[in-house]
Amino acid sequence: MNRFSYLRASSVDEAVREAAADPTVRFIAGGTNLIDLMKYNVERPERLIDITRLPLDRIAETDGGGLRIGALVTNDAAAYDPRIKDRYPLLSSAILAGASPQLRNAATTGGNLLQRTRCYYFYDPGTPCNKREPGTGCPAITGRNRIHAILGTSEHCIATHPSDMAVALAALEAMVHVAGPDGERAIPISDFHRLPGDRPEIDTNLRHGEIITAVELPPADFSRHYTYLKLRDRLSYAFALVSVAVALRMEGDAVAEARLALGGVAHKPWRDPEAEALLHGRPATRDRFIAVADHILKDAKGHEDNAFKIDLARRAIVRALSQAAAGTPQSQTDKRIK
Amino acid sequence: MSASQSSAPLPEAMSVTLTINGETRQLDVLPWTVLLDLLRDHLGLTGTKKGCDHGQCGACTVIVDGRRINSCMAFAVMKDGARITTIEGLAQGGDLHPLQQAFIDHDAFQCGYCTPGQICSGVALIEEGRARTRDEIRELMSGNICRCGAYTNIVDAIEQVIGADGEAGR
Ligand SMILES: Cc1cc2nc3c(=O)[nH]c(=O)nc-3n(C[C@H](O)[C@H](O)[C@H](O)COP(=O)(O)OP(=O)(O)OC[C@H]3O[C@@H](n4cnc5c(N)ncnc54)[C@H](O)[C@@H]3O)c2cc1C
Ligand code: SF4
Ligand code: FES
Ligand code: FES
Repeated sequence: MNRFSYLRASSVDEAVREAAADPTVRFIAGGTNLIDLMKYNVERPERLIDITRLPLDRIAETDGGGLRIGALVTNDAAAYDPRIKDRYPLLSSAILAGASPQLRNAATTGGNLLQRTRCYYFYDPGTPCNKREPGTGCPAITGRNRIHAILGTSEHCIATHPSDMAVALAALEAMVHVAGPDGERAIPISDFHRLPGDRPEIDTNLRHGEIITAVELPPADFSRHYTYLKLRDRLSYAFALVSVAVALRMEGDAVAEARLALGGVAHKPWRDPEAEALLHGRPATRDRFIAVADHILKDAKGHEDNAFKIDLARRAIVRALSQAAAGTPQSQTDKRIK
Repeated sequence: MSASQSSAPLPEAMSVTLTINGETRQLDVLPWTVLLDLLRDHLGLTGTKKGCDHGQCGACTVIVDGRRINSCMAFAVMKDGARITTIEGLAQGGDLHPLQQAFIDHDAFQCGYCTPGQICSGVALIEEGRARTRDEIRELMSGNICRCGAYTNIVDAIEQVIGADGEAGR
């Protein structure tokens, strides 16, 4: 690991000011991704700004009836918060599907959004990688790509975003609040992460020096018809091959509103509003669900090791929609998929 | 930007206060010293194990301010002021922690390498009070890998302590 200097920030202003002045700075929160990457020399910050003492560790009601989750609220605290469990069980379920109890105790809301891809080549400075070293190429496209993306890829990068939490936030249409050298702004979660295009080294639309202060959940009515279905190589403590977050509002047997986000398949949580619209005002039937899945996956592109994900995603979408419509969400403890 | 151009001051050791297994200590640590390495290499508390060094196995689990974390994924300077419990701090006087005794009763280890992490994780799990069924114990212990596959007996051991606490009216 490289040597670095360390500053414990005592205010958001101080953190932003110190970071803005120096491109080699990184914020550190739970450290569960940054320290990992530093141990592999993928990240080599000359200076770390410890933001864990900032007063961003509260979950508060918003005026509109939503919740504002401070950036330093741990994944554990968010998942078990009674208000989140009650009003946004999809988020609680997605967080509990990820990582381990130890990691969730350290991992934070802000850090989780900014965790980087688990692409094997990205993690190995002995290999080229456009995301790690722009312009060196993407060995994953012709190499090992079992965990890679099938949607929204580019010829420069086929990495996925590994977060489970972010997939639920995408379905819940959260807002990411940030503070930076130019003041505060709010970024809709759908615009927060980006597709790789020809700049795969840029994961998000956050600018250097900007700090996430909170994630805001708008008021929602999805606490009965939801599910987070995560498929992976082992049943716990493994990243998603494919995951599906579904939130439905039902009126009788018909779907009044549908939200669906996919994880493990793209450089960002994947939404397809056109596909969701196929459900609006329609009865919740298997045929409809298949039509939704086909629409979402119509442009999916597999590579040698990950083509199986297209079929897996199709079935996962249908199953997740059935679970949500029936009001029988996937349990994150009993791993049987019903 | 190269290191020589950076305006950041040269890294130096920082003074931190840690209460480790009940004993408060003032320590000088470099910013990049990882908590696991501080415990093992600087303080001689080698009960805590290094398995993967990347958050993937749980062998390094310790309890910090009441919460179990992977000590390989934490810089020691960031824990200034914290109370840390390691496997060495669980026994009281000559008496093993009930979960340590339960691991012996149920033969819940083979090589023993994962055991300090399993026990620290299990102690925190019991404190958290969220696991009641075997499925719940399994899922909430999933952050601790056992390459010997002693899982069934580990669940038995934890169940014994949770059951005993239950009878004690918790
Ligand atoms: C073995 C293992 C398994 C895992 N499994 C899963 C899984 O199944 N699902 C899943 O979703 N995740 C998983 N994770 C990832 C884990 O969820 C992330 O590492 C964690 O959420 C990152 O949060 P952190 O607070 O520790 O971030 P840090 O490591 O502290 O920071 C990560 C990045 O975010 C930046 N940052 C942090 N906070 C802020 C802020 N407020 N403002 C601006 N920048 C900030 C940092 O500069 C850094 O670049 C796993 C991790 C490991 C090690
Ligand atoms: S998929 Fe992206 S992260 Fe992986 S090697 Fe290619 S460019 Fe790098
Ligand atoms: S050594 Fe820390 S998790 Fe493996
Ligand atoms: S007892 Fe050998 S690894 Fe668990």
